[in-house]
Amino acid sequence: MLAYLVKRVFQAIAVMLVISLVGFAIQDNLGDPLRELVGQSVSEEVRQQLRDELGLNDSFFRQYSRFLGNALQGDLGTSYFFKEPALDVILKKLPATLELVLGATLIIVGFSVPLGVYTAIKPNALLSRLIMGVSIVGISIPVFLTAILMIFVFSVELNLLPSYGRGDVVTVFGNWDTNFATLDGWAHILLPSLALASIMLPLFVRLIRAEMMEVLQSEYVKYAKAKGIRPYRIYFVHALKNTLLPVITVGGVQIGTMVAYTILTETVFQWPGMGFMFLEAVNRVDTPLIVAYLIVVGFIFVLTNTVVDLIYGLVNPTVNLARMGA
Amino acid sequence: MSLLSVRDLTVKFAMRDHTVTALDNISFDLAKGERLGIVGESGAGKSITGFSLMNLLSRPGFIDAGKILFRGEDIVKMPQSRMRGIRGNRMAMIFQDPMVTLNPVLTIGQQMVETLMAHRTLSKAEAEQIAIVKLREVYIPSPEERLAQYPHELSGGMRQRIIIAIALLLDPELIIADEPTTALDVTIQADIMELLLELCQSNKVGLILITHDLGVVSQMTERTLVMYAGKIIEAGRTREIINDPQHPYTQGLINALPQQTKPGMRLKQIPGNMPSLTAIPPGCPFSPRCEYVRDHCRTTRPETVQYAHVEVACHEVSRLHQENTEEQPA
Repeated sequence: MLAYLVKRVFQAIAVMLVISLVGFAIQDNLGDPLRELVGQSVSEEVRQQLRDELGLNDSFFRQYSRFLGNALQGDLGTSYFFKEPALDVILKKLPATLELVLGATLIIVGFSVPLGVYTAIKPNALLSRLIMGVSIVGISIPVFLTAILMIFVFSVELNLLPSYGRGDVVTVFGNWDTNFATLDGWAHILLPSLALASIMLPLFVRLIRAEMMEVLQSEYVKYAKAKGIRPYRIYFVHALKNTLLPVITVGGVQIGTMVAYTILTETVFQWPGMGFMFLEAVNRVDTPLIVAYLIVVGFIFVLTNTVVDLIYGLVNPTVNLARMGA
Repeated sequence: MSLLSVRDLTVKFAMRDHTVTALDNISFDLAKGERLGIVGESGAGKSITGFSLMNLLSRPGFIDAGKILFRGEDIVKMPQSRMRGIRGNRMAMIFQDPMVTLNPVLTIGQQMVETLMAHRTLSKAEAEQIAIVKLREVYIPSPEERLAQYPHELSGGMRQRIIIAIALLLDPELIIADEPTTALDVTIQADIMELLLELCQSNKVGLILITHDLGVVSQMTERTLVMYAGKIIEAGRTREIINDPQHPYTQGLINALPQQTKPGMRLKQIPGNMPSLTAIPPGCPFSPRCEYVRDHCRTTRPETVQYAHVEVACHEVSRLHQENTEEQPA
């Protein structure tokens, strides 16, 4: 188990190194930092001198190792716009985004399992056909359009739910603002979470349905029937557990992908998270902030995948983590 | 009254625009504690017969006509909930491949306990005690530890023993074993068969053994059905069918056994293949491969007749018998 963990951590470090290289290469090639620092009036000689002092004339490798050294100490550069360390800016926005992803994940987990199982058990029922039809629509419509449609229906026409912002947030654990503490917070997070879930939920319903239908054809399900086991136990103990094993792996990757999808959702709902912040940073050519965002999102991605792989090993009895470390 | 009585059972498969007959008017009986072998080539309808008895045909297969009387009650007309109470309880099944029969994510203990608890009201601890006793009966070493193990931690032979133990959990009256050793190593096949025979005899359990191996049938069973293209073509006491087969197909099967050929000689085989279910010839289904074939064999379906000591479906059985006795003067 420990050997496997160490192995996975080394793999994660290797992936982070590649991400940091990509991030640094972007910083190195996107715009001229001197233009941001000094005005047009400064002479070319002074500029050269400043470049030397800032180390901009050093070799790519020296600059990269300096960037890496700073990054390891939590210094991902200073945002041009906020005049603050880029990591601090992102960490302030992180809770909003993570809560949005959490909300969407809850919706996905809560609905995909019952809907997927139902459509697999009763593939010909009218309701199943309806669910499958709606899921195709959900996959086909882009997130920003779903979001705008939902604002139109629930905020403009029905006037039920707020259309922008986080509403009443409560600060917990030092500086983490949460939406889940007040009714107003719940009302504000509902639509953005639904919009974010609108692509992944149908995907998971279809995935669970397909896996479940295959498992229901297996010999061990037939055997369970031959033993006289009750149908609900066959579906929810024999079949569902085997169905969810591959779904867990895909799910881990998708949670990471959802962090990236928040850019669209946050923009439409004016959600003050890091996706919204990233888009603003791109508009302002705030290079350090863009790079810091890439690295933080990459880190979240790597972290969720590693955790999911470990969970998979714990859930699936045929995976022996102790042996996989060797 | 016999334990099981199958009457004119017909099973069909629904295709897109027509149906295919997989079992054609099958009738047979099984007395309490009797052991019956069903032999035939792949695709003859042996396994379909087994699954029909459990009323577990998977789509597109369905029972079209006939009766399956188990302890006097018709399984075909029984509601699902009542049938579920019989499966695994009064009637148990042993599947072909033990590597895929047990659920990979549940422990042996869970899979044994759930079977007991599906049919009886008892505590988990009581169920585990019964499971341990049954595991001991099938010679599983240290059964207490096995309960916590997952199927992948055990060998194929061990798994099939556990499946036999599960079949015996609720002391059923009938066990249907569908090629229980086909997927196993040759070295353990005989052990498993011996175990199955021993347990059926000592517990007085009826057995329906589905196999393509005539040798196994001769050792395990008292009566035998020979199936061909969804029909029973010969039925009778196993000893008589093996020693004095009447149907040309059964004769061909027995002559094809390696024991019937001198070492170094080519094995005898029946020419041709069994017809697929979609292209069963009119008349006798075996007629295209039969060396004794006459014109009426190709056009008229043979009735099942009593001949010598067996029931046989062949027009030419009496002529054949005469020729054979002339060939081999005593």
